[in-house]
Formats: sequence, C-alpha cells, structure tokens
Amino acid sequence: MIDKRIKNVKEAVEDIFDGATVMIGGFGEAGSPVELIHALIDQGAKNLTVVNNNTGSGHVGLAALIENGQVGKMICSFPRTANSTVFPELYHDGDIELELVPQGTLAERIRCGGAGIPAFYTATSVGTPLAEGKELREFDGRYYVLEKGLTADFALIKSKEADRYGNLTYNKTARNFAPVMAMAAKTTIVQAQTCVDAGDIDPEIVVTPGIFVNRIVMVSNPLQESKLVNEGRQYP
Amino acid sequence: MSNQLNQTESVIGWTRDQMAERAARDIPNGAYVNLGIGIPEKVAKFVPEGREFIYHTENGLLGMGATPELGAEDPDLINAGKKQVTAISGAAYFHHADSFAMIRGRHIDICILGAMQVADNGDLANWSTGAEDAIPAVGGAMDLVAGVKTIFVITQHTTKNGMAKLVKQCSYPLTGPAVVNKIYTDLAVIEVTSDGFALLELAPGVGFEYVKERTEAPLIDMRDC
Repeated sequence: MIDKRIKNVKEAVEDIFDGATVMIGGFGEAGSPVELIHALIDQGAKNLTVVNNNTGSGHVGLAALIENGQVGKMICSFPRTANSTVFPELYHDGDIELELVPQGTLAERIRCGGAGIPAFYTATSVGTPLAEGKELREFDGRYYVLEKGLTADFALIKSKEADRYGNLTYNKTARNFAPVMAMAAKTTIVQAQTCVDAGDIDPEIVVTPGIFVNRIVMVSNPLQESKLVNEGRQYP
Repeated sequence: MSNQLNQTESVIGWTRDQMAERAARDIPNGAYVNLGIGIPEKVAKFVPEGREFIYHTENGLLGMGATPELGAEDPDLINAGKKQVTAISGAAYFHHADSFAMIRGRHIDICILGAMQVADNGDLANWSTGAEDAIPAVGGAMDLVAGVKTIFVITQHTTKNGMAKLVKQCSYPLTGPAVVNKIYTDLAVIEVTSDGFALLELAPGVGFEYVKERTEAPLIDMRDC
C-alpha cells in the first residue's frame, strides 16, 4: 500500500543534508511551511542553498533558519520586506550569498527544472543589469536572455488538503510557488492542514498530483507567521 | 490664476487619488489589469461607470477585490504587496508559473506601475538606485514590463527634492528598455511617442511651461491634436 504520510515534522526533515538545495514555498507568510522550517532548524543542516521568493520576516520561520546560520545562499526575487532584518544584516556583513532572480523568471526556472527543461529564453531582464553575462538571442526581432532551469534536493511546502497518495489542494494565494517546487525537488515534503483518504479529494480539483509528492505530515493548526512576528516571537 | 498656484507647489496639480482616477479613465472595459504597489493600488477605487476590469495580482489571483472588512482578513489571501485583500465573485487562483505565463505570454492588457525615472524613449527605472550598499530587490517588475502589452506609470512629476523623474536617460539601473506607454503625474498626462514625451493633458491650473521646466527631456505639446 502506498502511504506517504509521516508521523511528525521531525521525521519528515531528518535526511536533509549539509549543502542541500531546499526550495521553500510561500510568498511572504502565505503558504510558508513554518512548522517544517522550524523542524529543519531543530535538525540543524548547514550551508543550505534556499530558494524562496523572499527572506522571511521577524525571527521565526525562514528568517529564523537564516538567523541560525544554516543558509549559505538565498535564491530569491525580493529579499527586502517589512519586518525583514535578519537577511539584510547578514548580507551587509558579507555572510550570505544572494542570487537575485526576477519573480516570473524564478517561477519558470523552477517549473522548467521540474519539467526536465534545462533552460529557456525570456525577454524579462533584457537590457538590465540582471541579464549581464547571460546568453542573448534574437527571435523574430526581439532579444531574449537564456535562463537555466532550477532543481532542488528537497522542497518544503504547505497545502490545505492531502490524501495518502500525495494529491494536494491549496488555500487561496497560499498556493504560489508550491506546485512548481513540488515538481522540481527530488524529495518533496508537505505539511498539510488536513489529511484525507485516497478518493476523498475530487480528482477534478487536485492541484498537485501525488507523483510530485514524497512525504506528508499533518499540521492541523499551523502557526501564523505575521502573528508571531507581531508578538515579537523568536525561534528557537 | 495659474501663476498664483505655481507659488504654492504643494497644492498645485492632481492629488494621488486624482492621478489614479485619471489613469483609470484610460482603461477600456473588460481589461485585465495588474496594479503595482503604491499609488497604482488606488486605481482600483476609480472604475468608471459602466466598465468592468479584472485585477491580476502576480502572486496568484485574477479577480482581486477590495480591502477586507476588519475581522474578515485572511493571511492566505494577499496581493503582490503582501497586503490582505479579497477575491471577487468569479475570481480564480493559480500558481506562480501560470501567473507569470499570463504576464510573459502577453495576456495581461495593462500594468500600472510607479517609477523612479522614465526616459523619453520609454526606458523605466523603478527597482534599484544602484547604490553600493543597497540590497537589490526586483520582484515581478521586470517580468511585468517585458510581458504586459501596455505599461502606464503613475508618479509624482519630480522627486521630493525637485529633481526631474522624466529624463533624457535613466541614471538608475533599468527595469526594462523602451517599455512605458503613458505617464500620469500630479501635473500632466504624457505619452511616450517615437518623438519623445508628448503632453496630452495638463492638471487644472498647471501651465505647459511649468511642466516643461520640470521635465528634463524635451516635451512636445500634443494637446487637442
């Protein structure tokens, strides 16, 4: 019998190794798998390359993972956000590397990585500093820049519902990067608000088919990042 | 009258709401529109009578609605500025790659953005001052200007220090080359043409010379042409 459900977040992240590339879902706090990130902090893997749109806020979730010295490099589109001080300080001191990628290029690089496409051309960033050093090619009178697909060793994502096969649904704009990250990682780890039996999710509304998912752990009452930040909470 | 107004700079021209309202008037019925952060967000308040627009927010929603009522906020329902929003009846959610396929694939009709500088060939700079110690952050701005069919800019005509924002050449790093179509400032509506900046309309009480003096690049008077 196939059953991708794991007992707890600790077991779900225990094989994340030093130097791994980890995609973390979320756009700001929406879709951020806070419990999985905190489990990764407890687990302690170091020198990670993390792919996320942002760099977290306050001293919880992704910001806490960075603050704990576990991240050597961030690949993201917008490292500055309200209440984001951890990354900026490390970056100013030269203690963390940044690869800045336009948001749509980031999403497409992840999608391509998951779809077996090594690289693609896009007009985004042509004529700007972010295209410097990249191959340019003209198609039908317009220039495009070559961008490489992005894959990862692990993806940590948050879903609304999951069944034992790993079929997923999401909640509103918390979906954001999760479906493409699930495709692009060798091992995709999901924290789901509810876990249901196979057949309980209508196949017509499955957003991420279970083939892209390896582990599911139920976190029925996930922490809300902005609430923790407002309360001045810190992890660990 | 206009001279008198010119002496009190803070009250002359359009307010931020009026700039947004003026831009909204140029959006055709049925348009799919992406609104940037800041003054562009205000455009949603000024849909002209008889028209319907669908607002796209690049984090994964078509059919973005108004700010939620107090107590009805949902941290999983936000816009690209990470502000909590609502979804209209008939809205759709999607993932980031689909959202940017809408942008890159030229499905979004109009994008309204803020600007640090616009050059008279349509070059836009709005993501970085290029300062050594600044942390670069680009978000979706480069994708939007490269992919959306029509780009409107809403901005104050000059910086807080009175420096021109409508320039011959951007000194800041570009967001995209030759992408801006129309500019709505507190003083005027200006189109980017193959001949440079063309003035289409002045704010009440503002004279052509007044705008020209505050525009670094040449300004062609195209009113009533």
